[in-house]
Amino acid sequence: MNPFISPLIPEMATQEVQLNETLAHLKTESETLKSKLEEERAKLHDVELHQVAEKVEGLGQFVMKTRRTLKGHGNKVLCMDWCKDKRRIVSSSQDGKVIVWDAFTTNKEHAVTMPCTWVMACAYAPSGCAVACGGLDNKCSVYPLSLDKNENLAAKKKSVAMHTNYLSACSFTNSDMQILTSSGDGTCALWDVESGQLLQSFHGHAADVLCLDLAPSETGNTFVSGGCDKKANVWDMRSGQCIQSFETHESDINSVRYYPSGDAFASGSDDATCRLYDLRADREVAIYSKESIIFGVSSVDFSLSGRLLFGGYNDYTINVWDVLKGTRVSILFGHENRVSTLRVSPDGTAFCTGSWDHTLRVRAICSLI
Amino acid sequence: MTINTLAKGGSVFIILIVAMQDPDMGMKMRNQRLLITVIPMVKGVEFLLWFLTEALHVVLRPDETPYPIYLAKKNIRKQGERWNMKGYSLLHKRINHTWDFVVMQAREQLRASKQRRKADRIVLECQEQAYWLINRPPRGKNIYNLDPRCTTALNVYDSLLCVHLCFRPFCLQIETSKRALGRNRVKSSICLESFTKYSEQYQNHDPIMQGCLPSNPWISDDTAHWTMNSEMVPVPTRLRVERWSFSFMELLNDVMGRKEFMTYLEKEFSAENLCFWQACEDIRHGESSKIIEKVEEVYKNFLAPGAARWVNIDSKTMDKTLEGIKHPHRFVMDDAQMHIYFLMKKDSYPRYLKSELYKNMLAKAIVPQETKKSVFPFMRRQRHASPSPAQAASQTPPEGGRAKGAGQAGTNSAVQQN
Repeated sequence: MNPFISPLIPEMATQEVQLNETLAHLKTESETLKSKLEEERAKLHDVELHQVAEKVEGLGQFVMKTRRTLKGHGNKVLCMDWCKDKRRIVSSSQDGKVIVWDAFTTNKEHAVTMPCTWVMACAYAPSGCAVACGGLDNKCSVYPLSLDKNENLAAKKKSVAMHTNYLSACSFTNSDMQILTSSGDGTCALWDVESGQLLQSFHGHAADVLCLDLAPSETGNTFVSGGCDKKANVWDMRSGQCIQSFETHESDINSVRYYPSGDAFASGSDDATCRLYDLRADREVAIYSKESIIFGVSSVDFSLSGRLLFGGYNDYTINVWDVLKGTRVSILFGHENRVSTLRVSPDGTAFCTGSWDHTLRVRAICSLI
Repeated sequence: MTINTLAKGGSVFIILIVAMQDPDMGMKMRNQRLLITVIPMVKGVEFLLWFLTEALHVVLRPDETPYPIYLAKKNIRKQGERWNMKGYSLLHKRINHTWDFVVMQAREQLRASKQRRKADRIVLECQEQAYWLINRPPRGKNIYNLDPRCTTALNVYDSLLCVHLCFRPFCLQIETSKRALGRNRVKSSICLESFTKYSEQYQNHDPIMQGCLPSNPWISDDTAHWTMNSEMVPVPTRLRVERWSFSFMELLNDVMGRKEFMTYLEKEFSAENLCFWQACEDIRHGESSKIIEKVEEVYKNFLAPGAARWVNIDSKTMDKTLEGIKHPHRFVMDDAQMHIYFLMKKDSYPRYLKSELYKNMLAKAIVPQETKKSVFPFMRRQRHASPSPAQAASQTPPEGGRAKGAGQAGTNSAVQQN
């Protein structure tokens, strides 16, 4: 892109007009390309998901019960993550507390107080030896978990990521050594934990980025992010480029999660819908919504087989969707305020929800009628 | 826009802020969502653009020109060296009447800057210097004449700013769209079919759909399911071994599966492939500081001619990798690793699934008995704690992974305070 530099010194008004013209030209070119892309995508769309799923057996009624209630946060629970050992959980809340629980026994194992409030992101390291968290402090910090009761966890804190706005989500990649973060400054970034160095940054969102998820693919090189600009972008971690972009939501995307095979991802948004996007077909393939649902989705996750999609909503409920047929299978109650975070456990035996009512609930299926 | 009420020596920034809020000529405000409240917000880009188009008039008034102040500062600091002496003396002549004011301002600013940390000071000085290099009044021109001054500054600054900040989002979007248009797409019917197949294949393995054997630990408070499926067990469960046949990635992701596959490859004398793949994964996901030495190791063991465990890569990939090794970085082994991965996936993996080793494993695998639901539902089991992964990392992991409490037996509903 050549800078607009003129050898003469024109009147200021003319210059402004010329700059505005260039901007308008860029805008129209961008819009034209986008509509052309939509046309191309539509050409190969020959069947709907629920049509393909007609031959699949329907699901019966579920009875899911809360099996554990984790009480201990003094304020709204904002984020949680499971440990690979399938029973431990880390959760963070508005009052700056980050707690590591053994959800099975409901014991609290570690607690850290962050120097900032609104800890919006937390993640468990794959090894189970550390947790990462961050929020309004614009940073992502890693705390190694020590079992020595006398040791102050906060003393061993390691600041890894630095953004220019709040941290909305963070996730370890395949090892404890790298962290992927997304921020309110509109960018995502990949960091080296050991040195705190920025390895790659991802620019392309026009507003705050609210969520991200790593792809479970063979080559392990991509991730998806969703933002306030209603776009979900798929990025190549190595080059920093945006490979695919989807813009069909009508409001901020609060949560994105890959389908277990890695060929698709689901997103939940403030427009009260969850949508499924197929990466190979390069388009949205399903919308999960009902007229009676008017509150936004804060968090989504798939069951292990990908047949069920759990969505935590701002109307205090959890809706369970049949991914293939597009229908709602179940609605779950229990929380006394909006559900802010939802994750299925690594082995799929249960799922945990965190809420603004200060608690976390672990639910499992009691029976399938 | 001109600001007539400019008091001599008044703060430029207070005046700017007042001008910003003017409904007609001021800044474009918008609302930013901040979790529960909505706050009025102004984008930095727009502020700069507005500043340049409107407010430069204010800043560059002759009686408040920062430029002579800047020069004065420089000259006060560097008593020996005289910088831009000609321009300096010219200015002196022109604005003689405000000379005292200029020098006073310069001294004040220097004193204020001394309060700052050294690093901040250096950065600010560089920024100041760069700004004035671009916006220095052209020689011979009358600096009282505002228009050329403004437009010169506007020219360079504005265009660069516009290009990099205003145009950039659109340029990125256009680039992304162009790339996306060139993408290969698959028909919906084929893609969507794969979802039904996947769900069907994994249905039995999904505890939420099908329950798990012997029982779901969260329901029955019995951790037998986890014990039976822990990383290394003498006899794995049938479902687990079946899962290895779903995809190569499933096999490699399971620690035990990987070990079994390694044993098989050793029999086939192609174990170096898996070792190479593992070493490459280690480079990709390991510490940045160890990359160079790890790449060296890999080269020595797997790629060097006559290496002990030489891997068979096609010559094109080999050349590319060897070139890359001269300047090692995290992704230098990617191509070679992918080549070996697909080699194993297409060749060794299908043969493994047909081999005796796998079939025996499948036959040996246990199918746990489903525990009958407790007759008295109000009798709950003791929930035992398990050793934390953090502890396990520092000690040798216990054999079999029995979930015995490490002095932390939990009770049913009491929450212990730490």
